[in-house]
Amino acid sequence: MSELALQGGFNSPPEDAARAFRSIMGAMAHPGRIFGIKGVNPPAPMSVAMGTIALVLCDADTPLALMPSLDTVEVRSWITFQTGAPITAAGRAMFALGQWREMLPLGRFNRGEAEYPDRSATLIAECETLKNSGLALRGPGIRDVARLSLANLPAFQENAAQFPLGVDFLFCSGTQIAGVPRTTRISEV
Amino acid sequence: MSEYNFAYLDEQTKRMIRRAILKGLAVPGYQVPFASREMPMPYGWGTGGVQVSAATLTPEDTLKVIDQGADDTTNAISIRRFFQKTADVEVTERTTEASVIQTRHRIPETELKEGQILVYQVPIPEPLRFLEPSEVETRKMHALEEYGLMHVKLYEDISIHGAIATSYAYPVKVEGRYLMDPSPIPKFDNPKMEMAAIQLFGAGREQRIYALPPYTRVVSLDFEDHPFDPGRADHACELCGAENSYLDEVIVNDRGERMFVCSDTDFCESRLNGNGEGGA
Repeated sequence: MSELALQGGFNSPPEDAARAFRSIMGAMAHPGRIFGIKGVNPPAPMSVAMGTIALVLCDADTPLALMPSLDTVEVRSWITFQTGAPITAAGRAMFALGQWREMLPLGRFNRGEAEYPDRSATLIAECETLKNSGLALRGPGIRDVARLSLANLPAFQENAAQFPLGVDFLFCSGTQIAGVPRTTRISEV
Repeated sequence: MSEYNFAYLDEQTKRMIRRAILKGLAVPGYQVPFASREMPMPYGWGTGGVQVSAATLTPEDTLKVIDQGADDTTNAISIRRFFQKTADVEVTERTTEASVIQTRHRIPETELKEGQILVYQVPIPEPLRFLEPSEVETRKMHALEEYGLMHVKLYEDISIHGAIATSYAYPVKVEGRYLMDPSPIPKFDNPKMEMAAIQLFGAGREQRIYALPPYTRVVSLDFEDHPFDPGRADHACELCGAENSYLDEVIVNDRGERMFVCSDTDFCESRLNGNGEGGA
């Protein structure tokens, strides 16, 4: 294991993770709204936002899948040392980390069961930018309509159509995050 | 302070609770199972709410705790002191100043804003439990959206009493999908559940967490010819004169004389101190 794996965690885990979780919860409760998040410095190419989410939510109880762009020795050993999460295939993962375009098709991720819709994967996806423009988001957590710069509309529509099953998304860019749970209905206008 | 991890719980437990909260927000009204911990207070004292609050609080938060609307009852005071001691957070009795509000059986009268979080203590999270004792069966009923039993129960209320007799823990349908127990809040509070704040529900003994994101559709079950009636005692508060608040009936002497007063102590005091409607 390289020395890099030992670095970049929270300075003060209880307080820093609590603050970061509030951003994550805000993102999931207000789909499309962009929140700042920080506290962790993961190895490239993982963003600060993605690394912070991973350290807030993942541990030995959460099998985790790395998409090809993040499946490097540095990232693997960093995730393993910092969280203890077992790295696994997409179909068995509770969390998946990678570029958004690498996540498709979504069908390979766990979408939960009729009696346990909570047993579905959460996809933590890197985007180049996050802006409040583009596709229109409606549903719980949104008063009227929210807008978010997302690509691949059909994948979201297919996911939402499976409600109450489906995967949930946290999008990351630099130190920003935005959430899109399966309840969010997305359209062009 | 240094004897405890921040907000009492260990970090692995908080991660587990945080994951449950996120799935709860993603499937509003669905009860997410979680590995509830022993807390240094008995079941029935809000161990579910305390665990959710512990996983939610940050050092910058201002916490308010109410029990049946009151900030100054034993349960509210002990939970407030618990978090003062273990998380060193600011506390308040003012609804408008609080960022996190833990509640037992009431929603504050003052309208909550975006950014606020309301944490409910829940005794029995399963709305169908008194109609169907088996968890295996109720879980199937939720999966199949088979809620006829609840409608029959409400119908029988009407045929026996002439009206729906349920006055607290009145069942609601969330976003047209999941039947949800709003915890034992009076049905007077049900219409307030469509709010701007995040609502989190914790049931410690029953090991369930569920949630409502802001602006989620929450509909109290009813019938076309027996529409939902939030109900309210036909009095004004005898302290502050409010005619729109939920009232407690209090026996004031040995002769059994009664008075009606606001259940929400902060709302009532704000009005008495001349800070207007709920001190906004």
